[in-house]
Amino acid sequence: MNDLSHPGRIGYSLPQIPEDLFTVVGDLSKLIPNSMTRSTDLKLPEMSEPEVLRHYVRLSQMNFAIDVGMYPLGSCTMKYNPKVSQRIARNPNIANLHPYQDEGTIQGILSILYDLEKMLCEITGMDAFSLQPAAGAQGEYVGTLIIRNYLKDQKLDQKDEVLVPDSAHGTNPASAAMAGFKVIKIPSSQAGIVSAETVRGLVSDRTAGMMLTVPNTLGIFESEIAQVTKIVHEAGGLMYYDGANMNALLGRVRPGDMGFDIVHLNVHKTFATPHGGGGPGAGPVGVISKLADYLPIPTISNSDGRYRLDYDKPRSIGPIKSFYGNTAVLLRAYCYILSLGGEGLKVASEQAVLASNYLLSLLDKEFYNPTIPRGIHAKHEFVVSSSPLKRKSGVLAGDVAKAILDQGMHAPTTYFPLIVNEGLMIEPTETETLESIEAYGDTLNSIARNSLVEKDRVISSPHNAAIGRLDEAKASHPNTIILSWKQVKSSQTN
Amino acid sequence: MAHKFLPNSDVTITKTMLNKLGLTDAEQLYSDVPKDVTLKRPLDIPSALSEIELEKLLTQKLGRNKSYPEYLSFLGGGCWVHHIPSVVDEVLSRGEFYTAYTPYQPEISQGMLQAMFEYQSQICELTGMEASNSSMYDWGTALGEAGRMAQRVTHRNRILVARNASPERTAILKTYCIPAGMHVEIVDFDGVTGNLDLGFLASKMNDQVAAVYFENPNFLGIIEEFAVDIVEKAHACGALAIVGIDPATLGVMKPPGEYGADIVVGDGQPIGVYPNLGGPLIGIFATRMDPLLLRQMPGRLIGLTSEKADPSRQGFVMVLQTREQHIRREHATSNICTNEALFAVAVSIFLATMGPKGMKELGEHMIAKSHYAQQRMKEEGLEAPFFSGKYFGELSVRTKMDGAQLAKNLGEQGILGGLPLGRFYPDFEMVSLFSFNETHSKEDVDRLVSALKATTS
Repeated sequence: MNDLSHPGRIGYSLPQIPEDLFTVVGDLSKLIPNSMTRSTDLKLPEMSEPEVLRHYVRLSQMNFAIDVGMYPLGSCTMKYNPKVSQRIARNPNIANLHPYQDEGTIQGILSILYDLEKMLCEITGMDAFSLQPAAGAQGEYVGTLIIRNYLKDQKLDQKDEVLVPDSAHGTNPASAAMAGFKVIKIPSSQAGIVSAETVRGLVSDRTAGMMLTVPNTLGIFESEIAQVTKIVHEAGGLMYYDGANMNALLGRVRPGDMGFDIVHLNVHKTFATPHGGGGPGAGPVGVISKLADYLPIPTISNSDGRYRLDYDKPRSIGPIKSFYGNTAVLLRAYCYILSLGGEGLKVASEQAVLASNYLLSLLDKEFYNPTIPRGIHAKHEFVVSSSPLKRKSGVLAGDVAKAILDQGMHAPTTYFPLIVNEGLMIEPTETETLESIEAYGDTLNSIARNSLVEKDRVISSPHNAAIGRLDEAKASHPNTIILSWKQVKSSQTN
Repeated sequence: MAHKFLPNSDVTITKTMLNKLGLTDAEQLYSDVPKDVTLKRPLDIPSALSEIELEKLLTQKLGRNKSYPEYLSFLGGGCWVHHIPSVVDEVLSRGEFYTAYTPYQPEISQGMLQAMFEYQSQICELTGMEASNSSMYDWGTALGEAGRMAQRVTHRNRILVARNASPERTAILKTYCIPAGMHVEIVDFDGVTGNLDLGFLASKMNDQVAAVYFENPNFLGIIEEFAVDIVEKAHACGALAIVGIDPATLGVMKPPGEYGADIVVGDGQPIGVYPNLGGPLIGIFATRMDPLLLRQMPGRLIGLTSEKADPSRQGFVMVLQTREQHIRREHATSNICTNEALFAVAVSIFLATMGPKGMKELGEHMIAKSHYAQQRMKEEGLEAPFFSGKYFGELSVRTKMDGAQLAKNLGEQGILGGLPLGRFYPDFEMVSLFSFNETHSKEDVDRLVSALKATTS
């Protein structure tokens, strides 16, 4: 962008400050202390509006997205983002609302958020929800803080261990550690689940709780969940449900009915809000009634049709982000739920599971080894190991991922969960057509076959992307790391 | 049922797919789920709405809100209504950006990666820092993460926070730092000037202080004229200086990197993002290019590198991922994964359109309007400014009325604001904060002044 700069060009238009206003206030520079006035030039590029637009449109054209093609990135639930929600979110009566407006002027949005909380309670089987967390990981932090504070109030401070399966997302152990817990890893069973027997051997009077994703990251339903929650509860611990994979279970299985005490949902996954190339998302947290007082402040209350933000919650873990959560994202989730309706949500999950099993059935098992036991259906996603392909050709899971990019499709999640060698984690979602699912299966199979005959081409892919494989070691090396154009410039002058 | 978002929900397509799997009913896909945890009734959620019904319903619900531009808005305090150039909306509505996931495959995500790199570069220019991450959730959580980072860098547990920094952000800092065993201690301000009390700060400093946090301009709108001294006091004890900023001021104000800040936090919302009732926002987080700081930094960083096959071709990738949760798990510097990437693009476009001249003019609007308002209010016998320190775009005003009541009364006249300080400081319940910028005309300010006079006299 710096190359596009031309001194004197401008890309903005602001009103003139009226002359008679200066006669009232005088010289502006005298109003700011010298010690705090900028004395160095601000070296931002100088561009006209058409150039700015073209620059960013060009960048957008070098970016893959769900609006462009199939994006079966496992555990990320890249489903279609409804356009009606986008249009609704542009309403100035949401976009321009200020968080410090008098409550009387924001009754409309508060009523929507209140209704959304109630719908999420119904979907998850929880008793109370907070819409505040900005993302799944922040929801996890909130959840683990709730566990911490609840146990403290029960005078159970010695409980300092949180159990987390070895197949869990990295955010689980990171969040538990942030809340001050020691993380105990649960090894997955042969069948790819958390077995009651293993959990029995790990719980103790130090067990504060367990974090679990259901279905787990292998796409397998935790069939011993009822026994597992019972064991953890008997040890005095709380059960935390990581909702990253809730898209498999809507309208069919509720975390509350499985015995979970705390739940977070990723609305940018399950409820189709756009992920924005990394964010914003939202990670609402629900709890059973005995934990409701611990939710972050403020909460939304309703009496006689008047909605209020309630800060007077002495047991609350406190505020966890500025203001009231990612409202504009939550509004889209609300629109999504209403667009599908209760029955539609259940169909969406069913369709997601169907798509995933259908794609799995298409893959050539000579190259891609399913991690799911025979006789069990994968849920919304599945994981295959491309170890057989590696043995036959030397081509790695990462190479397969890069070769897919050349076909105008996004790669699966690779090398995750960590317990699978050469793992490819695939989640087609319910919004892909039968035809595109078949095309994806064909692509994976033909890459495998090509690996045997033109390995060099596969391991040097992608060939049709904006750029080839990048030197990531150089990018992160202390001597060669570059984080800004300023740094590029100063290294050139040195 | 066939639904427009679900291409295979037509019965015949669903059947075809099931049959290929050797199944006859979708129920069979869930045969491994124990019956005792299965929901045996339909969800109590209304039936699907058509697009027309949905838009009507939402328009009606949202219509119960009052907002700018129908109402004049003078609210600030960490979130502001500013003008957003149309180009920002145009680019942000491109599905290539807003419907992408995190750029895990850099070869097909160069657009997002470059835009985030541009953002990092622009934030560095604006703040005078050397390394910006690609976003945090918001200012409050950026501060929380900065506090924890200071503990990891210094191995100390006390963090001193200015009482004239946002009390809400300070509360978030506590939610982040207390579980890490830190002590958050408040440093008072001078009730006359609104500036941080340097003597008070000096009395609290010792070799257990991990960091000192202050905002500039502070939450009361006052410029911390002696920021250099605050930073020096922190450094003299081996503590880090964390400075909170409103980026909209930095075309005119001295960037904190030039007075020694170690970490700069703030919100990018005022430069390119709609207020949205305070979320989503975009947290700014920038440090110096010091390996010790970089290693402990939270959040995603984008770096410039070259193609393996042809080193003359440049490209962008996520860097230093070994700090992050997906690799380091419980030893990560933060649990953050999803951030506010799309708004990094918004801020980047905003700054590209504004350039150095636009950012200076933006600051001048804030200064000119706030000082014009002050003169007009004073003429009308109102106590403005309440704090005597130099201010930028936010003006403190004391009236004879409780600030919350004042805001209600102004609301009836189609004006949003000011922010009642009594909400945060019981000792200032008659003081309100009014925020001014490029969206206000002289007539808008005059209207506010007349309304204030009419309401309070």
